[in-house]
Formats: sequence, C-alpha cells, structure tokens
Amino acid sequence: MIVNQFLILAAALFALGVYGLLVRRNIVLILLSVELMLNAVNINLVAFEAMLNTTEALGQVFAIFVITVAAAEVGIGLAIVLMIFRNRRSANVDELNLMRW
Amino acid sequence: MTNLLILAAEEGEHVVQAGDGGWWADTAGIMLVLPFVAFGLILAVGKRLKYQGGEIAVAALAINLVWATVLFVANITGGVLDQTTFEIARIGSGLVFELGWVLDGLSIMMYFLVNFVGLLVFIYALGYMKGDVRVPWFFAAFSLFAGAMLILVGAPNLVQMIIGWEGVGLASYFLIGFYWDDLENVRAGNKAFMTNKVADIGLILGAVIIGVTLGTFDFAALDLAAIEHNEALAGIALVGGFLLFFGAMGKSAQFPFHIWLPDAMAGPTPVSSLMHAATMVTAGIYLMARTFPLFENLAQEARGWMVAIGAITLFAIGLLALVANDIKKVLAYSTVSQLGYMMAAVAAGGYTAGLFHLFTHAFFKGLLFLGAGSVIHAVHSNNMTEMGGLRKYMPTTYWTFVVGSLALAGIFPLAGFWSKDEILATLQFEGYVAFMWIAVAGAFVTAFYMTRAVALTFFGEYKGHGEPHESPRIMTVPLVGLAIPSILFGLLNIPGVSWPGIGNFTEWLGVRMVAMGDHHAEAIDFALAGIGLGAVLLGIAFGWMIWGKDRVTQQARDRFEVPVLYPLLRHKYYMDDAALGLVWATSNPLAKFVDWTNTYIIDGIVNAVGGATKVLGGLVYNGLDQIGVDGVFNGLSAAADSAGSALRKIQTGRVQEYAAGFVAGALILVVLFVFVI
Amino acid sequence: MEWLETWGLTATVFLPVVGALILGFINRDNENALKWTALAATLLAFLASVAVVVAFDFGGTPYNTYQFEVNETWIGAINANYHVGVDGISLPLLVLSTFVMVLAVIYSWNHWEEPKNPKAFLILMMILATGMNGTFVALDLVLFFIFFEIVLLPMYFMIGIWGDKTPRKIPGFSKPFETRLYAAIKFFLFTLFGSAFMLLGFLALYFESADSQFGNTFDITQLTQLGSEGFFTNPTFAFLVFGAMFLGFAVKVPMWPLHTWLPDAHTAAPTVGSVLLAAILLKLGSYGFIRISLPILPEEAVTWAPFIAILAVIGIIYGSLACLAQTDMKRLIAFSSVGHMGFVMLGIATMTDIGINASIIGMVAHGLITGLLFFLAGSMSHRYHTREMARLGGNIKLMPVMGGILAFTAMASLGLPGLAGFWGEFMSLVAAYNPLDGLSLGVFRTGMVLGAVGTVLTAGYMLWMLQRVNLGDPSAEWDDHEFHDVDRFELTAWVPLIVLIVVIGFYPKVIFDTTTDAVTSLVELAFGTETTASVGTLVKGG
Repeated sequence: MIVNQFLILAAALFALGVYGLLVRRNIVLILLSVELMLNAVNINLVAFEAMLNTTEALGQVFAIFVITVAAAEVGIGLAIVLMIFRNRRSANVDELNLMRW
Repeated sequence: MTNLLILAAEEGEHVVQAGDGGWWADTAGIMLVLPFVAFGLILAVGKRLKYQGGEIAVAALAINLVWATVLFVANITGGVLDQTTFEIARIGSGLVFELGWVLDGLSIMMYFLVNFVGLLVFIYALGYMKGDVRVPWFFAAFSLFAGAMLILVGAPNLVQMIIGWEGVGLASYFLIGFYWDDLENVRAGNKAFMTNKVADIGLILGAVIIGVTLGTFDFAALDLAAIEHNEALAGIALVGGFLLFFGAMGKSAQFPFHIWLPDAMAGPTPVSSLMHAATMVTAGIYLMARTFPLFENLAQEARGWMVAIGAITLFAIGLLALVANDIKKVLAYSTVSQLGYMMAAVAAGGYTAGLFHLFTHAFFKGLLFLGAGSVIHAVHSNNMTEMGGLRKYMPTTYWTFVVGSLALAGIFPLAGFWSKDEILATLQFEGYVAFMWIAVAGAFVTAFYMTRAVALTFFGEYKGHGEPHESPRIMTVPLVGLAIPSILFGLLNIPGVSWPGIGNFTEWLGVRMVAMGDHHAEAIDFALAGIGLGAVLLGIAFGWMIWGKDRVTQQARDRFEVPVLYPLLRHKYYMDDAALGLVWATSNPLAKFVDWTNTYIIDGIVNAVGGATKVLGGLVYNGLDQIGVDGVFNGLSAAADSAGSALRKIQTGRVQEYAAGFVAGALILVVLFVFVI
Repeated sequence: MEWLETWGLTATVFLPVVGALILGFINRDNENALKWTALAATLLAFLASVAVVVAFDFGGTPYNTYQFEVNETWIGAINANYHVGVDGISLPLLVLSTFVMVLAVIYSWNHWEEPKNPKAFLILMMILATGMNGTFVALDLVLFFIFFEIVLLPMYFMIGIWGDKTPRKIPGFSKPFETRLYAAIKFFLFTLFGSAFMLLGFLALYFESADSQFGNTFDITQLTQLGSEGFFTNPTFAFLVFGAMFLGFAVKVPMWPLHTWLPDAHTAAPTVGSVLLAAILLKLGSYGFIRISLPILPEEAVTWAPFIAILAVIGIIYGSLACLAQTDMKRLIAFSSVGHMGFVMLGIATMTDIGINASIIGMVAHGLITGLLFFLAGSMSHRYHTREMARLGGNIKLMPVMGGILAFTAMASLGLPGLAGFWGEFMSLVAAYNPLDGLSLGVFRTGMVLGAVGTVLTAGYMLWMLQRVNLGDPSAEWDDHEFHDVDRFELTAWVPLIVLIVVIGFYPKVIFDTTTDAVTSLVELAFGTETTASVGTLVKGG
C-alpha cells in the first residue's frame, strides 16, 4: 500500500488549516481551521496504522483521542468565543488584544 | 526547734523548770491570727455593722484575752515554757526560716498586756470614734496593729520579729496618717515610718550578722549561745548587739530617734494610747529583753553607751514636756522619757526592772492618753490653754487622770513608784551611779510636768468654747479599768516579797529558756526609795507653786520663760529641724544629681553614640552607598528596565501574530531538519 | 503522663504562637473572638505549665539534669538541637511568665490603647509569650538566643505603635522626638547591642568546645559539664566570653550603667507592655546569668563577682535616688526596677546558694509587685490622662479600691516583711554578709550595708509617691470628673497577684522548695562548696 496520496491529502488539509488560522479574522473560523489541522493529523495517523498494522491499532486509538480532545477543545473554545462576543459584540480577533503588555 | 529544747535540757544548769501550757499553749497561735482575720472581716463587711466594724475588732481581742489570761495565770502559778514553730522556708541544708509562737514569762506578759490594754482601748475607741470619718478603716488598721504586735511579741526568731516589727510600723504609718486629707498628718506618718526605717537598718543587719554567724535566727539558740559564750557569736557580739540596739532605738524612740513620736500624735487618741504609749513603742525594749543574754554575757562593752542613751532620753526629752501646750505632746514626751528609763534599765542589766516599768507604764500611760482623749473629746482641742477647770465637768476623767499622773510620777504606793524605784536600784547596783542621779532628776521633771498638765487641764477656769461634759460610759469604763491596775500592779514586784501561790513579777518573768542572770534586790532600799520619792514630791510641789497658784489666768507659763533654755526647749533642741534639713539637704540634691547624671551623662553618652552613629551613617550612605555601591546596582537594574521596555513591544496581544510566529518557527525547523541536517 | 513528659514544655512554649496563627485568621473587627482566642491560648499555656509543675519531681536531683527534657536534632549542620527542659531554677520563672501573660490578656479586655487594633496587639503579645516562655526552657544556646531575641520585636512594635505619643526633648538633639519612637528605638538598639556580644560569646563557646568529648556544641548541659570540668579556663578566652555574655545579660537586667533604656521604654510602653517588660523581660537577663554564665564559666564568674556586686549596689542606691527626683509616676516605678534588680544581681554576685535563691525569689517577687504597680499606673493614667504626680493626689478619695491596692503594692515594693518583696532583699543581704569563700568580704559587706541603706531610700520614695498620688485632697482640677473605680477585669487581673504576693510573703517555701535543691547543686557543681554549710553550725544535725 502506498501512503503518499494520504500524506499529500493530509499536508494539503494542514496547509489549508494553517492558512485559515493565520488570515481569518473571525474567531469561529479560526477554530474551524484548527479542526482542519487536527483532522489532517488524524488522516496521517490512520494512514500510518494501515501501513504498519500494529496489533494494538495504535493509530486508530490516537485518532480517537485526538477527536475526543478536539471535541472538548471546540466546546470550551466556543464557550469562550460566546463570552467574548457577549461582552464585546464582535468576534474579530484584531480587536482582541487584552493580553497586550 | 524542739531539738534545741532537748539540747538545753541536757545542759541542765540553765534550764528553768516550767510546764508546757498544755492545750492552751498549743493553740496560742490563734492570738496571732485572729486580729488579721478581724482586719479582713472589717474591710469586707465593717461598713454595714452598727459600730462599723468596731465590734469585730473588740471580739477578736476579747477572744485573744481569754488565751492570754489563761496562759498568764498558768505562768504565774507554775510557769509556762513552750515553743511552736513551723517551717516557711529552707535553703540548702542549713538556713531555715520559721514562724511560730514562743511562750515564756516574757512573751506571756506581753500577750496579756497587749490584749488587755488593747481590749480596753478598743472599747474606748467605740465611743471615741463614733461619727468620725472612715471608722471601718480605723478599726481594720487597729486590728492590723494588734496582729502585727502579737506576731512581734510571739516571735521565736529574729525574722518573725522583723515581720512584726515592720508590721506595727506599717499600722503606725496608717494610723498616724489616719486623717490623710491633711498632708500635715501624712508627713507625720512618713516621718515616723522613715525614722523607724533608718533605725531598722540596725535590726536587719543585726539579724543578718547574728543569723549567719549562728546558722539560725532563733532566739533560743542565740540566748543559749550567749550563755555558753559561743566563740563565733562572741566575735560579732558587740557589732550585732549595737546593731540590734540601733534598731531598738528607733522603735522605742530613743534619743536622737525620738523625733517621730511627738509628731505621731497626729493620729486619733486611742492610737496614741495603745500604740504610741503602751505597746508598740516598747517593742525596742522587748527586743533588748528577748536578746538580753547577748548583752549580759557577751556585749557588755556596749552597755555604758546604751545606758547613756537611755539617760539622755529620759532627762533631756522629759524637759521638752515642760513647754508643750498640746496635751498629747506632753504625754508623748513623757512616753519618750519613760522609754528612756526602761532602756537604761534593760541596758544596765536590769532585765526585770526595765520590763516591770514597761508593764506598769503600759497601764498608767495608756490611762493618761485615754484621759487626754476624753478631754479632747469634750473640748474639741488638743491645746491645754483652751482647757482648764475641767475637774468640775468631767469628774471620772479627772480622778482617773490624777491617778495616772501620780502613778507616772511615782507616788507611793502606786505602780510607778515601785517600778521606777527598781530602776534606780538597778542603776545603782550595776555601777551607773551618775546615771542613777540623772534618773532621779528625771523623776523630778516627770512630777513637774505632770503637775503642770493636771493644773492646766483640770484646775482654774474653763477657757475653751461651749459647755464640756463627761464622756459616755463606754469611754469612762476603760478609764477605770486601767486606773485599777495603775494603782495596784506595783505591788506585784515589791523587792523581797513573794505572794503566796503566785510569787512575784520577777519570778514570772524569769521563766525563760535560759536563766537571765540579772540581779534582784532582796529587800527595799529605803534610802534610795526615799530619794526617789523626795524628788517626786519636790517636783509636784514646785509645779504646783508655779501653775497651781494662779488658777484663774494661768499666765505662770510666761514667768517660766527662761532665756536660752526656753527657746531651746520650744524648738525641741532644733533636732527636728536639723533632721529634716539634713534629709532635704542631702537627699534632694543627691536625687537631682543622680537624675541629672542619668539624663545628661549616661543618657548623654547613649544619645551621643546614637547621634554620632547617625552622622556616620549619613556619610556612609551619601558618600559610599548612594554613589558607589548603589550605583552598580542601579545601573544593572536600569539596563534590565530598558531592555524590558524594548522587548515588550513584541507582545501585541493578538493571537494570530503569535500563531504566525509559531508557524514561522516551525517552518524554519522544517527547513533546518530537511535541508540542512 | 507520657504525653506530658515529651510535649508539656513544647505546648507551654508554642501554644501562644498557635493562638497567634489562629488570631491571624479572625477578622479584625470581631473583637470578642480575638480576645477569647488569645485568652484560651494563654490559659492553655498556663495550664500546661501548671501540669508541668504538678508532674515535676521535687526530689533533689543533681544540677544539670532536667525534667520534661526533649532533645531533637534541629540544625544538624551546626549541631544545634531543639533541646528544652526545666529544673527548679527555671520552673518558677516559667510559671510566672505564663501566669502574668494570662493576666495581661484579661486586663487588655477593655483597656486598648490608641490606635485600637486588638488583633495586631494580641498577636504581638502571643509572640512575646512564646519568646519569653521559650527562653526559660531552652537548653541550647542557639535556641536560647532565638527566643531571647524574639521578644524584642513584639515589644518594639508595642512601644512604637501604641506607646506614649507626647513629644519629648532629648538633650543633645535639636528637635523633640515622639516619646514612643525614641523609646522603642532605644530599647531595640540597646538590647540588640548587648545580645550581639552575647551571640559572639556563644559562638566562641561553640568553637572552643571543638576539642571536647562532645565536639562542637551549643548544648547548655554539655557546656555546663565542660565548665565544671574546668574546660574553659584559658584566662583570656574566659574573660572575653564572660564579658561578652555579661554585656548581653546586663543590658537586659538592666545593670547600672546600662539601664537607661529601661525608664524610657517603661514610660513610653502601653500598660500591658510595661507590665510584661517589668514582670518577665527583665528576668531573662538575670536568668541568663544563673543558667549560662555561672555554670559554664564558674571561675571567671568568681573573678567578675565583686565587679558585678559593685555595679549592683550602685544600681540599688542610684535607682532609689533617681526615683526621688521623678515627677512622672510611671518613670518612678521604672526606676524602682533598677534598684530592685540590683538586689537580684547582688544575690547572684555572692555566688552562694543563699544568694542565688534570693535572686530567684527576688525575680518572682519583683515580677508580681512591679507588674502590679505598672497595671495600676496604667489604669490611673487611663483615668486621669496624666502621670504627673504633681497633678494627682487624693486618689484614694476618688477611687478607694484603686488607692488601697496602690498603697498595698507600694508597701510590697518597699520590701515590707510578710510580703513577697522582703525575702529577696533580706536574703540578698544575708548572702552578701557571707559570700563565696575567696570573695572580698570588704566589698560584699560594704555592699550589704549600702543595700540596707537602699531599702530606706526605697521606703522614702514609695511613701513620697503615696503622699503625692494617693493622699491629701484631690486637686480642684478633678472636681467635675467622674471616676470609675476598679472594674471587674482589672480586679480579675490584680487579685491573683495580690494573693500571690501575700502567700509568698508568709510562705516563701512555695518558691524555695522548688529552687533550693537546684541552686545548691548548681553551686556545688560550679564552685565545689555547699555554702549553707559555712554559716553557723550551732543547730546543725538536730
């Protein structure tokens, strides 16, 4: 089996995610970009597992872990976004510089 | 201390046969405690009672008197010799402090005296103090005195003696300054306390020296050691004896410490009667009698001096009574003079003679003071120039006062005659003949001033205000109660006479752990008695000539104003002024000097060190620290500060910029890993 | 009882500081909770010390053996241990300390000085208590030093914050200082000055003991043993070490001429501060002499003894004379301490068991009496708002109970026989007549006579104080004032002191039975003689 096509797909997906993370101004979209990046990693994990075929199915296990973490992360992230939006009436990250010096 | 008794018993020869007093002796300590109980009770509940606590004080002494009487009777019939002590402190293996009570002829006589005279004076005071201020406090302090005096009298050792000694001094201070609203009275109290305190140095140091030398403060041990001519004790006997005598001089108002006693008359009259005439001031004589064997056997060299002090006191201070106008002061000077008699007698070796005079004096001088109090109560003045003619208004007071005066002067066969005669005999026998003649002269003076007092107070016309009247019965009954012993008690010690069944005063007093060894005349020396009586009669006659004749105006006093002598006497030989001046002239500048030293020298050094250190600190700080050491640190921190403000600009707070940096970093790593390595 | 053996002293020492921790968590406005907590802490510490007394074995044990001993490694690197224990010498002082502390808290109940801040004040008191209790039980020089120094801080703050705010002109300085600041700083620096030298002395002992069988040690018991074996006899070394420790202790006592911090500190301190200062703090110094200087450097102590005696006697006379010049009541009482501690030091200087017993009972009596005097002075200035005796007078008329107690205490202070103060003075004189063999009789007997003269001066200034404060008619100034006589908290705090003064006065056995064995064996160990054996022998062995 050849993993290249999976890796290329994952790399593309990851690059898309990075792009979105860096250029988008809306927090929700930034979060979605992060999800893209996580899923790119998931694809890599599953693909390598298929190639190596370990007895413990480590790739799948990790993928499921990542999905779980991602779900939790999105939950908390969206909650934060919601709070920020309520307070500031905006989800534009350029206006969020509370952590400035 | 029972071992001592056994020790003494083994010695055999010194021991006087006597009983141990049985149950009454074992419980005699109650006498020492009851007045203190009364003191506390009166302070607690006195205000609410009818006599404002007076009844508690009287009850305590009445109970005491039961014990005192039983023991007195036991002593005169068979002798009582007992000592009960309990330990209150033990240091190491040697030094033991004990409290307790001693029962022998001497202490039993004093128990009886204090409780008997005390009870009568207390009863008298119920009437005298009625309506006065702070009556509960009066009776409380008076009870405190009684307790302290009994502690003193019962002392089996020097330490308890000191406790009682200072205790009576304290009570004296309280009661002299009883009317403390007027600072004059407070000063009189201070004067008494301080004069005594100075003399107390003698008692305390004497106790220290004797106690350390003997290893015990016990009187019995001291007496025994003295009788056996203990070598260690002999070495310090003279110093110790003088020191004890010095202490005795203060309490018994011997020249030149007598200055406190006339001023002490600022207290209420019952106080003057019981404390400053009958009992407290005799504590010094009592101390001398307690330690008599020390003077008899080891410290004989001290005797001449001590007799001389007594003689000066009895004559010179007696003279002062001639010019005093305050009736209480006349009696006070008389007391000092009589204490001089006692001191001279005891010091000369007349253990019995001195104490017999102490015994009789307590009754008639107590009586005289109570009589004076009765007069003062009636005319509201101490001044004899505002009295006169009271014979008609106050017959009981008059008669008892005359009895007291005659007894004091020494008219046959009243008490004073016998006791004074014995003192003269002792002085003659012990070889102090010159002093004996001074004592005879003193007897003349005594009769002289008492005649004056009686004449000015009771004869002539009344010159005061209002209508004087006889005092209530509660005050006259004690007068009579004291007048009877003043008449009769001289008979208890007629030389050579031993009454069937009870013996005589000499025998009673001889009941001591060791024999006293003083001389007793076997029969009356009629020549000497005649001389004494002659001097007294002369004094009375002389006095009556001057003050008795001019009964109406009584201006005779003016005729007596002899130049030099009169001003000298009026100013009390200038001794009070000198003493006070000396105290102020020394203590005040000294205190000021010490305070000045403290503020300007010692503190000055401290402050100067502080100031100098401060200046040095300034130099170090401004010169070295701020520019040098601090410069380095300040430079370092300034550098850190500017670096920080430059670098913090990176922190924009925008997440995406951080993410960009992160991604850029990751890319650089990728490039490094893939292409370089 | 097992528990008591190991934890009894630790509880006594540290319960107050536990109380301080709890106080820290209580809201500063909750005054009642603060007070009850403080009372509970001090009361528990007192009960712990009483339990120690009850379980104490009074049978004579040789010196240098301690009861309730705890010895745990603390700072291993310098061989400093948590070593505590009591013997007959420290027991009365420990109980005095815990006892007076309870009374001080009770008195504080409704007597707060401005600025009112019960929380801070009580916390400082608790820390002070721990320091004082600890000093009396510490058997390790480092531990001793730390406890000894701990007391400085709370006292400094007490004086500096709650002290007398009136400005005072200090000679040599152009502008007046606030009394409290001057006094607080003076107190702190003076004591620190002394204890710095003391620490040097301790360190010298530590290094000198390197060649001993114990190696380098701070342990007092071990050093005592070395001292009695003649280990520290190098004259220069002994002289310097004794001198250094002398400075530390003498400042605290205080001995003339190192006493000048005392009148200022006492006068400026808040009432409770002066009470604790007089009642307990001063004893740390004289206790140090008995516990550390004498047993560890006995031979040097004998050399110094006449010098100490002379300073003590100067202190007696000087303090009494200075009292006669005072116009401020509190300052007078403060100066009286100089005189009274002079008797304590005279007793110690005789190096005999009588003298040292005298000094211990003198310390206890002075603690009770002068403590009570400061309570009274505080309560009176609380009511009159002045301490100037010229403005007072007739106090006993305005406040009979207070005046009565003042009269009683003044009498106790002047050493009236039958009250506690007598024994210390009297026995000091007894001891001075017959000091340790080899000491100059001339010096000590002159000291005895001057000491006796000092008692007269003491009586003089006490009576004068009574005359000016208590007696006579009150000045017109107070006509419209309403005076409240002693309240129940004052009474609760004072009555136990009065009772103890009388009990010790008539039955000093309560103190002497505790101290005598320890002291006798101390003297035997240090100087090789039992001195009571050298007083007369007439009634011995009966």
